[in-house]
Amino acid sequence: MFYIHCPYCQEHREEEEFHPRGEAHLMRPADPDNATDEEWGDYLFFRQNPRGIHHELWVHSVGCRKFFNITRNTVTYEILETYRMGEQPSITAETEKVRKEQGVQTADGGWQTIGAQPESQALNEETSS
Amino acid sequence: MSNVSAKEFNTVPAGNPAVESPLHWSYQQQKTAGSVNAGVTLREKPLLGHVVLRGGAIVMDEAVRQVMGMSLPAKPNSVTRDETGERSIQWISPDEWLVIVPGGEEFGLERSLRQTLGDAHVSIVNVSGGQTLLTLAGENAREVLMKTVSFDVHPLAFPVGKGVTTVFAKATVVLRCASETEWELVVRRSFADYCYRWLLDASKEYGIDTQ
Repeated sequence: MFYIHCPYCQEHREEEEFHPRGEAHLMRPADPDNATDEEWGDYLFFRQNPRGIHHELWVHSVGCRKFFNITRNTVTYEILETYRMGEQPSITAETEKVRKEQGVQTADGGWQTIGAQPESQALNEETSS
Repeated sequence: MSNVSAKEFNTVPAGNPAVESPLHWSYQQQKTAGSVNAGVTLREKPLLGHVVLRGGAIVMDEAVRQVMGMSLPAKPNSVTRDETGERSIQWISPDEWLVIVPGGEEFGLERSLRQTLGDAHVSIVNVSGGQTLLTLAGENAREVLMKTVSFDVHPLAFPVGKGVTTVFAKATVVLRCASETEWELVVRRSFADYCYRWLLDASKEYGIDTQ
């Protein structure tokens, strides 16, 4: 069960109140009249399916009924951040790679980065994306 | 879009006709006498005026101050009330508020808000017929809520003056903590019977007092 922070309600709510709505940051072709079939096909049907960091669109369907974005690790299910529509994520696959190199995984599944000493390289590699 | 010139419509017809609360049928079906030493007291406040306001917070706040003499809730998930406690405004989402006033006031409120707001980009909808307000009191009221809603109803997480929209059994509810001993539940008309019977069943172990 996720415990999700809604950026509009500004508090954590049960997953029951939310609904996932697929990949975030999909850009509609800027010039729809002159877009090729391939561009339309990519926009309408093709989605990323990354192993690791993924940006998703969710809706707080029972609460404030607002859409917002979640940065989630598809391997560990860890929710790294939630942010409002129109904002850009502060954690991406690139920054996460840096974070992982600097840190170790802690017992609760999160990552300890400050003063971290990797005890075992295998522990880090286990969940590397 | 259809061009409707008359935006205002008084949903209460003239001539004072007979009205029934959404729970009228439920009361007839579920004959429950008030049990002695009931841990839970369930009451309905039927036929209140419910109005949903949508629009920009700054514009709406000014209009509401002018018309109702009270301000919109400044924080998310909070409720403001007037001195009598009869009129309340609840934050529903960043651009949506639920106003509950005594029955009969909603049409006048809607009209004066429209006059004050003028051409501002807002929406005012009278939803009085669509929902009803239940109050849950008594020493075991919180236990009943604990097994019903997914939100944490501990006083630390849910202080007086807070109000949230959350999951209630398999329906949704607008839940507000009116005082240390009393909770308010705004339920949809079509779910009113379901919620009522759920509350009767969930309160059985503590004893329930309905009117």
